[in-house]
Amino acid sequence: MNKILHAEFIASGVKVFKILAPNIARKRKPGQFVVLRVHALGERIPITIADANEEEGSITLIVQGVGKTTRHMNMLEEGDYLQDLVGPLGIPTHIEKWGRVVCVSGGVGTAEALPIAQAMKAAGNEVISIIGARTKDLVIAEEEMLKRTDQVIITTDDGTYGKKGLVTDALQDILKEKEVNFILAIGPLPMMKAIAEMTRPLKIPTVVSLNSIMIDGTGMCGGCRVTVDGKKVFVCVEGPEFDAHKVDFAELANRQKIYLDEERKSLQKFEENCRFGREIEKARAEL
Amino acid sequence: MADKKELSKKERVAIPRQAMPERKPEIRRSSFDEVNLGFDEETAMTEALRCIDCKKPTCIDGCPVDIKIPDFIIKIAEGDFIGAVEKIKEDNSLPAVCGRVCPQETQCEETCVLKKKYEPVSIGRLERFVADYELKHREFQLPDLPPKKGKKVAIIGSGPAGLACASDLIKWGYDVTVYEALHELGGVLVYGIPEFRLPKALLRKEIGNLGKMGVNFVTNFVVGKSMTVDELLNRENYDAIFIGTGAGLPWFMNVPGENLNGVYSANEYLTRVNLMKAYDFPNTDTPIKKGKNVIVIGGGNTAMDAVRTTKRLGGERAIIMYRRTEIEMPARDEEIQHAKEEGIEFHLLTAPVEFIGDERGWVRQAKCIKMELGEPDDSGRRRPIPIENSEFNFDVDLVVVAIGNGSNPLIAQTTPDMKTNKWGNIIADSETGRTSKEGVFAGGDIVTGGATVILAMGAGRAAAKSINDYLQTGVWELPPEKPEEKELVETK
Repeated sequence: MNKILHAEFIASGVKVFKILAPNIARKRKPGQFVVLRVHALGERIPITIADANEEEGSITLIVQGVGKTTRHMNMLEEGDYLQDLVGPLGIPTHIEKWGRVVCVSGGVGTAEALPIAQAMKAAGNEVISIIGARTKDLVIAEEEMLKRTDQVIITTDDGTYGKKGLVTDALQDILKEKEVNFILAIGPLPMMKAIAEMTRPLKIPTVVSLNSIMIDGTGMCGGCRVTVDGKKVFVCVEGPEFDAHKVDFAELANRQKIYLDEERKSLQKFEENCRFGREIEKARAEL
Repeated sequence: MADKKELSKKERVAIPRQAMPERKPEIRRSSFDEVNLGFDEETAMTEALRCIDCKKPTCIDGCPVDIKIPDFIIKIAEGDFIGAVEKIKEDNSLPAVCGRVCPQETQCEETCVLKKKYEPVSIGRLERFVADYELKHREFQLPDLPPKKGKKVAIIGSGPAGLACASDLIKWGYDVTVYEALHELGGVLVYGIPEFRLPKALLRKEIGNLGKMGVNFVTNFVVGKSMTVDELLNRENYDAIFIGTGAGLPWFMNVPGENLNGVYSANEYLTRVNLMKAYDFPNTDTPIKKGKNVIVIGGGNTAMDAVRTTKRLGGERAIIMYRRTEIEMPARDEEIQHAKEEGIEFHLLTAPVEFIGDERGWVRQAKCIKMELGEPDDSGRRRPIPIENSEFNFDVDLVVVAIGNGSNPLIAQTTPDMKTNKWGNIIADSETGRTSKEGVFAGGDIVTGGATVILAMGAGRAAAKSINDYLQTGVWELPPEKPEEKELVETK
């Protein structure tokens, strides 16, 4: 059981957690993830580590409530406990002095890009960050990114904040003006795929961080397998970061959909239970 | 019940081998309850009478952990069931587990003297009986433990090898901590072997007993990631480490279409069901795909476990597809028989060469090829050879690949001065478990590649003995002489 030291919503449906986990805080490196369970009958889900405080013995996770498990997690508050937490897993990001680096991130991917952007900067790179979101309320970690990089560009799909448009538009603009030596893309699959296609003809080294379905996170189950460069690889032990130009995104997109029906069913049941719980509370209050 | 002494040897061997009561196939097909029901007291005593208490018992030679088999069987014949289980526990802390999952027919029962002329004594069933009897009839009895030696041993992996190693070391006065990567203890016993073969409540009880004896268990801890072997030695000050992390990464066939949705490794399928309780979704959160037309590829115990699981989850046709014949199947006979009784089809001398999906990426057909057997290969089994132009398509909506496991790289990657072979298995002396790194021992599947629960337990016990030698003498380089063995040789 791991204690939640701090929990707060930072955007609509997006919550930041500081969790007591001294061993993970000490060992984690940018790009690594944890696997956690929220409760005793819960599923195991991987979440990338956004930050850590070794002195305090804590790690930071940023969770977007999408499915049953993430919504359940987002109901947890300071003082609550996670059922299980294991890590740090995966191979850390390869940090190198490339010259000019662009970190492109979408949604909660920005949280995952933070420590990598910081490490790239520390290695002597000029780091430009592009943060994308659907709308202003969903832009996260802008300040943290500003502190850690040379330039931050925000795009929103609806134009409510920053530039109107997609992160790929912003990236296109930069590529027209400047030489870019390395690109890291973390976010939804279609975004990562679009960036891979954009940088492929330009031969700019591009790395994506894949978030495939996992159970153990240590190589045992093989559920996270994807095709990279024509070969089967396990994201949990050989990744999560891969050469964007070699990833079979179509296959991965299919595999992400394996449990769509079940996820819907699980969420529906959860929401009904929550509603039921609220009704009980209300009835009790009225008594 | 006739007294054993009253029966002659002739009368004893004339007693037929007692049958194991089983749940009916039509019931168990849709139930995860245990298939074998176990002996009752009378049947157990009758079966025990069949043991002729030979002068030179050869059954023990077949046991990887050297259980004093005739001694415990005599006690059963006398009706002293608790005495029998105590005798077993001198050598094996997990009798309820081993009585169920050991392949006795190729071990102790294979070397039973009776086997030459009659059927062997049902040693495994008797072990299971007394283990269950104890769990049912009395609280755990803490054995006398020696004073603590003040030396710390870390055990990596809570599967059969690690548990066996921990069990001996705690009895010898060491401080023992077992590190487990998953959130539950037991390794393959909990994620791999289904409830209908090994009820998890029994496993938890047997592991819990080790906890009561003082073994410290740490879950959610991945050695190699959470901490390296060197950190355990230097930062946490362990005096010795045993690595029993098991077989790691599942093998795939590397045929086209293997990443289609609906194609699983056996590890994943069984883990979802056994560890994550996906059979109870959506009351639990982990989902699983159930198939109507299922093929499971492979011929080992894992393949049998997987195919019988898919049947229980509602598979209309559940098929074992194996490229050799039944004779070459590594699975236990009992598992093969149970599978057949439950309506599992066996498509032998057949192998898939491609999986074909629909437009949404789900597996819909398996393209298969017929095989014939040629000359024996390195494994001694006759090599399957594809028959030309014998391809045919087969409708499927769920495929489980159960063709074995490679080694897990996490520890080897982060322990550069420990040698591994070309397959990534840790190189360790087969008798002492000593690796190329001082203070570090290894055993079980991570050394041998995929094998059995009991062989892993045997390796765990051998390593425990060797750890004891090392921590007593401080000598690493040469395996120290074994005085007991020497004495034995001399007195012979």
